[in-house]
Amino acid sequence: MNSKDKRNKLVIVCSKGSLDMAYPPLMLATTGAAMGMEVHLYFTFWGINMISKKTIDSLKISPVGNPALPMPNILGMLPGMTSMLTSMMQKKMDKIKMPTIPEMIKTAKESGVKFHACSPTLDMMGLKREDLIPEVDDIIGAATYLDLASEDAITLFV
Amino acid sequence: MKPTTVVDSRGTMCPGPITDLFRAYRNANVGDVIELLATDPGAKSDTDAWAKRSGNEVVAVIDEKDYIRIQIRVVKKGKQ
Repeated sequence: MNSKDKRNKLVIVCSKGSLDMAYPPLMLATTGAAMGMEVHLYFTFWGINMISKKTIDSLKISPVGNPALPMPNILGMLPGMTSMLTSMMQKKMDKIKMPTIPEMIKTAKESGVKFHACSPTLDMMGLKREDLIPEVDDIIGAATYLDLASEDAITLFV
Repeated sequence: MKPTTVVDSRGTMCPGPITDLFRAYRNANVGDVIELLATDPGAKSDTDAWAKRSGNEVVAVIDEKDYIRIQIRVVKKGKQ
C-alpha cells in the first residue's frame, strides 16, 4: 500500500513578526525537510520581519496583550519592557543552546526548505527583493500559495 | 553494532538531533549504521518517526548515564 494517507508536503504561512512566533514555523519546517517532506514557508504581513535584512536580527517579544505572560499590561506598556522581555527570552534560548532565527533560517534552507515572500505585503512595506535575505527563493502571490497548499499538503498558519 | 558514523547531537534540542541525523544520512550509503547521541528527551520518538517516514531502521537504542545512543541502519536513500 502506498502512503496515500500521509501527506508529503508541508506549507506554513508565517504572518507574525515577534521573536516567539518566529521559532515554531522554522522548527517544523526543518524537521519536515529532515523527514523527506517538501516544505514551503510563505511569509506575509509581519512574517516579512523574519526575512527582511533590516529586522531579522532584532525580532522582539512584547509583554503587552499576551495573557500567557505573567506581566500586567499596565506594566508591560512602560518603555523598555519589550526590550527587557526580549533579552530575558534570548537568555533562556542561549541557555538551552537554541539557535538564533538567522541560524535556523540557514539550517532550514540547507535542508531544502523553500522561502516565499508575499508580494502585496512587500509592496505595502515598500520593500524590494534586495531588502530581503538571500535565502528567499521568490516573491509570490496568494494564487501560487493556494496552488502549493491544495495538493498533498499539511497547511499551517502561524 | 559498530556504527559507520557517529553524530554527536548532545546539548541540542529539537530540531537539532533530527537535522544532524538528516545531514549524516544525506552523506551515508545504504547499509551504513549512523549512531546518534542525544540529550533531547524527544530524540527517541523523533528518531522513530523519522525512520518510519524515511524507510530506514532503528536497530538499537542504548540508554547511557546522561544521554541516549540511537543506531539507525540506512536501508533506503530517498530522493533528496
